[in-house]
Formats: sequence, structure tokens, C-alpha cells
Amino acid sequence: MAVVTEEPKASFRLGMLIYDTRYRSITIQIVVLMLVMLGAAWLIDNLLRNLDALGRGISFGFLWNRAGYDINQTLVEYTNDSSHARATLVGLLNTLLIAFLGCIAATVVGVIAGVLRLSNNWVIARLMTVYVEIFRNIPLLLWILMVYTVFTEALPAPNAFRGENPAASMVLFDTVAFTNRYTAVPWLVFDNSMGWLSLGPIWLNLDLALIVAALVGGFLINRTILRRATRIQEATGLRPTTWWQSILALFGPIILVFLFLGTHLDNPSLQGFNFTGGLQVSNSLVALWLALTLYTAAFIAEIVRAGINAISRGQSEAAFALGLRPGRTMNLIILPQALRVIIPPLISQYLNLTKNSSLAIAVGYMDLRGTLGGITLNQTGRGLEAMMLLMLIYLIISLLISSAMNVYNNSVKLKER
Amino acid sequence: MNTSTSTFVRTEMLPQQTPPITEAGAVKWVRENLFSSVLNGILTVLGVAVVVYITLQIAPWLSRSVWVASSLSECRQIIADRYGEGATGACWAVIRERWPQYLFGFYPSHLYWRPVLTFALLCVAVAPVLFDKLPRQMLWFSLVYPAVGFWLLWGGSVWVPVMALAGFAIGYAAAKIVQPLAGTIVATIAAVLAPVLWWLFLAGPAADAMQSILPIALQGVRSREFGGFVLAFTIGFTGIAFSLPLGVMLALGRQSDMFIVNKLSVGFIEFIRGVPLITLLFTASLLLNYFLPPGTDFDIILRVIIMVVLFAAAYIAEVVRGGLAALPRGQYEAADALGLDYWKAQRLIIMPQALKISIPGIVSTFIGLFKDTTLVVFVGLLDPLKGITDAVRASTDWKGIYWEPYIFVGAIFFLFCFAMSRYSMYLEGKLKTDHR
Repeated sequence: MAVVTEEPKASFRLGMLIYDTRYRSITIQIVVLMLVMLGAAWLIDNLLRNLDALGRGISFGFLWNRAGYDINQTLVEYTNDSSHARATLVGLLNTLLIAFLGCIAATVVGVIAGVLRLSNNWVIARLMTVYVEIFRNIPLLLWILMVYTVFTEALPAPNAFRGENPAASMVLFDTVAFTNRYTAVPWLVFDNSMGWLSLGPIWLNLDLALIVAALVGGFLINRTILRRATRIQEATGLRPTTWWQSILALFGPIILVFLFLGTHLDNPSLQGFNFTGGLQVSNSLVALWLALTLYTAAFIAEIVRAGINAISRGQSEAAFALGLRPGRTMNLIILPQALRVIIPPLISQYLNLTKNSSLAIAVGYMDLRGTLGGITLNQTGRGLEAMMLLMLIYLIISLLISSAMNVYNNSVKLKER
Repeated sequence: MNTSTSTFVRTEMLPQQTPPITEAGAVKWVRENLFSSVLNGILTVLGVAVVVYITLQIAPWLSRSVWVASSLSECRQIIADRYGEGATGACWAVIRERWPQYLFGFYPSHLYWRPVLTFALLCVAVAPVLFDKLPRQMLWFSLVYPAVGFWLLWGGSVWVPVMALAGFAIGYAAAKIVQPLAGTIVATIAAVLAPVLWWLFLAGPAADAMQSILPIALQGVRSREFGGFVLAFTIGFTGIAFSLPLGVMLALGRQSDMFIVNKLSVGFIEFIRGVPLITLLFTASLLLNYFLPPGTDFDIILRVIIMVVLFAAAYIAEVVRGGLAALPRGQYEAADALGLDYWKAQRLIIMPQALKISIPGIVSTFIGLFKDTTLVVFVGLLDPLKGITDAVRASTDWKGIYWEPYIFVGAIFFLFCFAMSRYSMYLEGKLKTDHR
């Protein structure tokens, strides 16, 4: 008869909290949590006491007061009678504008520079190396200040374009004028503009909405066409010619929309001492954009170079052995693998660019930091609230960009195991 | 078959000939590297044209440099006298004239020897860390260097840094005493608690007491007087020295399977990486007083350094996490199989490999940190790039000078950052153990 003997349960002793690995991690976590909470409590207690001493609490009511300052460049309607919240929105849109323009331009320049640095052309490869090393090793602030100085010091004033023998002349077939205050570029004008649609507090520009819809629609149609071609190829082995369909799908809708809106280009022209017509882009924006682009592009060039270098030669040799042409080798074999290496660091460069755009303060471009974290903060004296809001907005932007890019990254990631 | 009479068989050797001119020497190199195709030819010509254009733009300006003058107008006068009206030239005299300001900011001029000595000692302290051929005993000096550097730069009583250092000795002593009595874990706790208590309650009075017994002090220098490259180096090197250990701890926290530790690390890292450094610096300068007991006044450079350290540490944590993730699981399992505990495994097996993988990322974070020291101008400190340059331009003598200060400051930053990136490549090569 077997006797079932239960092992005597070790009674719990206090020492086990430290010496028994089953409990130790819980002990450590509780201690850490208590320390963190103690620290937080200390900070908050100090904050409350300090606010008490100043005789005020935390309130975001100041956002709805009249701002009372002007902003030189606004994407949405804004006057100095608008509220601080409106000024914040203007700043946010300016930040997003510079981040968007910068990311696109930096990607283009960076990819070109990265590929050229790998070129077997000695002069070009060396030139790109010099570019990358110089821009990566010198502070961004210096580039911003330097480009801005070029614009404000070395360029002619608008009235230098006047007269029979002007001291300065416009470039690109008399369409673009670089002056020391702004850059005048041609801009689209809609004769049959659709105006604005009011959606509660937000106004929607119907022209813009139509253009975006046409672009997205064209892109979707093009994707359908390509998918159909791939399906046919998989079924029959022959890929139907699609390039003219693609061109039609991509450009047809947008051209139709432009015709419908009666679009034409409005060139800037000199009236008196200043340019009118077209679009006058403030030099602070152009300088910031150029500096951010060149600086970030140097980093992106290195990322692209590393990504392409990471693909072993055997991959392209195997593709050639299968009889793929160089173009298809690039599209089907090299790029998908290189992108996997390139995308994650590229995301962090985009984030860096967005955060670095807060250096706009150095050239007086009114971004989020200049409106909410600058003039609004100084005028209202609500430093705590303004900084909290500012950090929160930057945090949200960063998280949005990184999550959007992570979704893309997951779609190109190697699926293994 | 009589081959010897065949006319078409050669019997004597031909003399060796030189290869065709297009297949040897410089011509071959040029053909292969510059003009291998039409596109390459065009690119080469364009590239050379760019280089020539830039050189033609800059070379005359550089060649007409003026090194000795006391104002911009005098500079321009000298250039006009020498090279004729309308000639432009570089006026490096501004750097020569304002050299002390660029180096030391508004540091009292009779005390310039102190930052210079600090920098010289820094080189001595850093050398054994960078190059392992030097005697290991030098590391002891590296360990006490932060206190020495602090005392030399800020001055004041010598006993403040000595008592701060004493905290570490007390921690060590506490561990040694408690270990035989109550075991390793209690000893560790004692080693942490004893110095903290010492610093919080006893170090200050002890330093005062020692100062009254044996007064050794240097003239104090306030943080607002710091500026120029002294400021950039102080912030940069302190940031580098402290962000690495903190970053490694954060990376370990993020890899940890303890839920609370993990979430706290993730939250901290993501928050810091999500906001621009400028906003953190503003928080340090504007808002920190809200979160400290009323009446605390806490040094502005110290605040900036804390923010810079936290900022860089979050980035280093991500770099190190990449290194940790790149290690094969077998390494962790092997460490477990050998019976090593967590810290031993990290110290002996995991970290040496993970850090080696992350060297390029860590060094580029350091380079970024050093470049970011220029941002302190936005909280009112005089960094060499904008703070000092604006101060120089504010004087009537040098109003309107732009390029020379930027080029000078840029060149110095380039020198140090480039050296750092080269060192990281040297280190990578030295630590490379695979035989590919």
C-alpha cells in the first residue's frame, strides 16, 4: 500500500521576500513603485504649495482669451483678435507644414546622396562623402543660422528688381524671385473656386478637398489596375501592358479637377517696391526648410547606403541568374530587402526632423514652439500649462508618426517562424 | 609531320610589351572610375564643375584674410588698401580679438588657467578609457576626475567635492562591513542607502566643518559667467559620462520581465524621445522651480546637464536595446546554464557583446549630444555658436560680421565630432572578433 506523503509546505517567512526568486521580483517591483510614487508625490506636493504661494491654480482658460499678436505666416485664417487656441492651431499647422516639406525633401536628397555615395564614380562618391560628413558633424543650429544669413544678407531687396537695368533678376524664366525678405514663387489660382464649407468650428477648403480626393482616387484606381495585372500574370504567365492605364489613372482625375476649377498659374510680378501675385514664402520658412532638409538628408544618405550595403551580392547575382532584368532585380529583390533595413532608422530621422523643427525659434518662424511656447506663454504667464500642452502635442505628433510608420514597417517586415 | 619547317609556328619568344595605354596606370583608372559610361562622364564633369565653382567662390575670399584688426571697418579698410576697392576678404581678426570670449565666455580672465587645467586633466582622465594600452592604474584618476573638474571650474571650498566623493567610500565601506554580517543583498541595500543618507544630511555640515578647520578654497565662479567652448565641453562631457550608465540601466529596465519596471522604463523612454530637447530645456529653466520646495535655487548649468543626460540616456537606451535584441538567445541560456546570477550574466556575458554591437549608435548619440549643447542658448546660456557670436556682434566694432564666427565655431565642432566618429570606427575594428 502506497502511502501518499505530501511534502511539507514550507511556511512563508519574511526572508523569502528577498531570498526566494519567486517572490523577489515582486518585492523589487513594489519597492520601485513605492519609490516612484513617493517621488511623484513629493513633486506634486511642491507644485501645489508653489501654486498656492503664487495664488493660482492650473487652468487652461487662457486659451480662449484674445491672443493680440500677429503671425507672419498662417495656413488658416488668423488675426490678432483670435484666441490663443487659434494661435496654437496656427503654430501646430506651421510645425506640421515644415515637418511635411522637410521629410519629403530630405528623403529625396538623402536617397540620391546615399546612392551616389555608393557610385563607382570617384569624384561623385568623394563629393557625397564630404557632404555627408560635413553636415552630420556640425550642429543643425549653425546650418539654420547660416542659410538664414545667406537669405537675409546676400540676397537683394525686392526693390533691386526695379528699373530698366535692375540689380537683380528673377530666375527660372522670370517666375521665381529670391529677395532678402521673402521668396516669391508662382502659385495656383482657381477661377471657379468652390469656396469654404463650414463644419462647425472647422472650415474645410473644398478646392483642396477635391484635389486630395482626386489624388487618392487616382492612386486607388492605379492599385486596382496593378493588382489585376498581377492576377492575370499569375494565371496566364503574361503580364498585360499597364503603363498607359497607370498614367491615365494617376494623372487623369487630377487634371480633370484642375480643368474644372479653372486652374492657372499666377506668376509673381513687381508692383512698385514689392512683388504681388503668386505666393510669397517667408525666408524663415525657406531657410529652415533648406537647413533641415540638408542636415537630415545627410543622415538619411547614410541609412540608405547602409541598407543597400546590407544586401549581399549573392542576392542580385541570383536574380540575374534567374534572368531578371536589372530594373526588376532592383524592384523585386534588392529594394524590398533593403527597405526592411532602411525603414526603422528612417522613421526616427523623420521624428528627429519634426522635433528639430522647433529650432524655428532661431529664425523667427512661428511654429508651435513660437506661438504656444513663445508669445502665448510670455503674454499669459501660464508657463506650466503652456509647456505641458506643448509637450503633449509634440508627444502626440511623434507617436502618430511612429505608429503610422510602424504599420508600414510591419507590412514590409520579413515574416519568419 | 615536320613542324620545324612550318612557317606559321613561331620559335622564338616575343619581347614583353607594355599593356595598351588605355589599360594601365592613370588612364585606366580614369576610364574605370570617372568615365565608365556616358552618365558617369556627365556626373564627373558636373561634380568637378561644382568643386571648381565653390573653390572659385571661396578661395579669393579666404586668400584675402586679415588676421590683425580691431574692428570690422578697420578690417575692410585693410582689405581695400591691399587689394583695391570692392575686394572682399575674410576677417579672422574677430576670432583673434575675441578668442578668450569664444573659449571661456565671461569666465573671470585671471582664472583662465583653471578651465585650461581642467581640460588638460580631462585628456589625462579620458586617455586610459579610450586606449587600453595605457596603465590601468590611471583609471583611478579618471574616477576622481569629476570631483576635481567640478572644483576647478566652479571653485569654492575643496571640501564639497571631497565630501561628495566620500559618499562613495562610505558606500563601499558599508557594503564591506555588512556583507559578512547579513549577506549580499542587505549589503547591497546598505551600500545604496548609506551614501544617500550621507549626501542628504551629513555631507553639507561635514564640508562646512572641514572648511572651518582647514580652509582650502578657490575663488567661486557663478554658472552665468560660463560660456563659449568651456560651457559646451562642460555640458557635453558631463552628459556623455552620465548618460551611458543611465541609458544602459534604462535598456535593461525595458528588457526586464518585471511588469512595473518595464512599463516605467518604456514610459520614460518614449516620453523623452517624443519631445524636442528644446522643450525639456525650457522646462528645466522655467518650470523646475514649480516642482522643487519653495525657495530652492538650483544651478542653471546643473539643470541643463540633467536634462541633457536624461535626453541622451533615452536614446542610448534604445540603441542598447537594439544590441541586446541582436544577441542570440543562446548567450542568455548559456549564462543561465553556468549558474550566473542576473548581474553577473549581464556584466560578463551579455553587456560586453551588446555594447560592442551598439558602439556606432552610442557614439552617434554622443555626437548628437555634443552638437545639441548649442541649444542651451535658448535658455539664456552663452553657447559658442549663437550666444557668444551674438554677444560679439552686439559690440559696435564687430556689428555686421557673419561668416567668420560661424565658420570658426563650425570647424571646432566638426573637429571634435569627426574625431569621435573616427574613434568609434577604430574601436569597432579593434573589437571585431568574427572572421568574415
